[in-house]
Amino acid sequence: MDFSFTPEQEMLRKTAREFAEKEIAPKVNKMDETGKVPMDLVKRMGELGFGGLLIPKEYGGTGVGHLARIMILEEIGRVSAAMANTLQIHHLGESPIIYFGTDEQKKRWLPSMASGKKIGALALTEPVGGSDVMGIQTVAKKEGEAYVINGRKCFITNSHISDVCGVIAKTGEKELTCFIVEKDTPGFTPGREEDKFGLRGCNTGEIVLENCKVPAENMIGKPGDGLKIALSCIGNVGRPGVGAAALGIVHRCLEEAVKYANQRTLYGKPIADIQAIQWLIADIYMDYEVSRWTAYYAAWLRDKGVRCDAENSLAKFWSTDSAVRCAQKLIDIFGAYGVLKEYVPQRLLRDAWPLVSAAGTLEIMKIVMVRDVLRKYA
Amino acid sequence: MNSLNVIVCIKQVPDPQQLSKITLDPIRKTIRREDVPAVINPLDKHALEEGLRIRDEYGGRVTVVSMGPPQAELACREALAMGADEAILLCDRAFAGADTLSTSYSLSLAIKRIEGFNMILCGNETVDGSTGQVPPQLADFLNIPHVTRARRIEFTKEKTARVERSIEYGYMVVEVTLPAIIAVTKEINVPRIPTVSGILEAHQREVKVWAPKDIEAEEERIGLAGSPTQVVDIFSPEIGRKGEILRGEPEEVAKLLVQRLHELGVI
Repeated sequence: MDFSFTPEQEMLRKTAREFAEKEIAPKVNKMDETGKVPMDLVKRMGELGFGGLLIPKEYGGTGVGHLARIMILEEIGRVSAAMANTLQIHHLGESPIIYFGTDEQKKRWLPSMASGKKIGALALTEPVGGSDVMGIQTVAKKEGEAYVINGRKCFITNSHISDVCGVIAKTGEKELTCFIVEKDTPGFTPGREEDKFGLRGCNTGEIVLENCKVPAENMIGKPGDGLKIALSCIGNVGRPGVGAAALGIVHRCLEEAVKYANQRTLYGKPIADIQAIQWLIADIYMDYEVSRWTAYYAAWLRDKGVRCDAENSLAKFWSTDSAVRCAQKLIDIFGAYGVLKEYVPQRLLRDAWPLVSAAGTLEIMKIVMVRDVLRKYA
Repeated sequence: MNSLNVIVCIKQVPDPQQLSKITLDPIRKTIRREDVPAVINPLDKHALEEGLRIRDEYGGRVTVVSMGPPQAELACREALAMGADEAILLCDRAFAGADTLSTSYSLSLAIKRIEGFNMILCGNETVDGSTGQVPPQLADFLNIPHVTRARRIEFTKEKTARVERSIEYGYMVVEVTLPAIIAVTKEINVPRIPTVSGILEAHQREVKVWAPKDIEAEEERIGLAGSPTQVVDIFSPEIGRKGEILRGEPEEVAKLLVQRLHELGVI
């Protein structure tokens, strides 16, 4: 079993790290302070080609695949989980078109999304709940050659910066359908922008659809495909993406823990020599290794075309849960310094928490895993 | 200004951001590089960026030349990913152990095989050796002028480069006739980050690997055999403080001090 990465993957990782350290890192504090999305960095990610990682070459992307995507998101998340999540939601916004769109739809939207000229999002969650997908109340009614959509979506990442947004709406009693709605379509309006305690610099907000008319050719797949599209895209793109952003946080926690423990002295020696601190570092190390290998494995399966709902859910569960746990332990290692805004541990904790329920709560992840387990181990 | 064909010399070195992980081999008198990731020497990256900038503005070609062990191919690939048109790696056991003179000799032979170059760019020094000797030695082997510590390069007339050269507390401006070697400092630019498509393309392309016979090198002038300077010892100096108090009248203490400094070999 060969666990090594290809030279291309290693270079992609290195490039993502270089970009994150040189261009994102200087802006992280301002993002955290203002909560504003640094659109210049979003544009830069597009210029570097990070926007088209899953888009096939014939549609303007590079098609490097899911494992390379996870590695790049991890490196960006190590510096800013907010930027990593912004990027991965852009990929999520592309995914209904990539995996379920017609050739014409792919040609229409994917090239500009690959280059980052247009930013993607996927609007599913509503005030009635995100876990209860069939409970959504946004409705799309057919009128001639168009559909008129009415409803409200909430907690949508990239709500205020997206140009191309997948919207899941009811076209029948138990029938969900996916439509692509472009920015500036009359009746499609970003609503309230949320002020989160963490992941600041990644925009989350409402989308209001009021008699929003979209042409029938903006439907992805056919009526009723919406549930399948939503679950597949969230399960295979959104969920691993959230997990990768969290993995970046865990990775950072490990690095900061070792660095601080080697520098800080107590009782005349570095605190890295104190067993209690070593245990905390060992815990963070274990969480990092489990998080990364479950994430890489799930992505590897996906690249091979193998269905991996349980593996994706396990990876996302572990890395998001770990990210909170490891950030708390990092704060413990830093002592009083850990709660000061001047030091990174508190931001890592604040950034980790919103990721826990993104793309499915921990409990939903267990349900997805168990569904698979009950079948496989019967 | 017509298009310019630029050669950029690069070297793969231990990542300077992880230098604390380097250990020394006291027997082989070398740095143990295995545990430390390798990167393109930072100043060479600035040189490469400058070559790419010149090519993008004036047209022409950027050829990267390096000498190193097989893993130096990664540095060449990274240069291709950044946008270099061609990469050549001098790689053979016979090149190993080379000092700066032997390195410059080998590089000069490789460069002589590349037709039609207008200028050669190098980093002013490497982070591992830090001698800064290769650019002037290379210029001597190639019989062309060289300018070091370049922080800005312009072309005000044909076949002439106007170079701002960093000096203490300022800079001087020199004009140099091309072809020439220009060694750059970090002030000159900010190296670009390779794009995803650049990285993928770079791994589809060939890195030419040349052995001594390909450059018609004389055996006794390459590698360790061709190195008049040899590393006799390599160590991390121990920095410790030894306190000694000299007591007495000032004149007496002054004599004692001079005596102690003599004994310690300081004067």
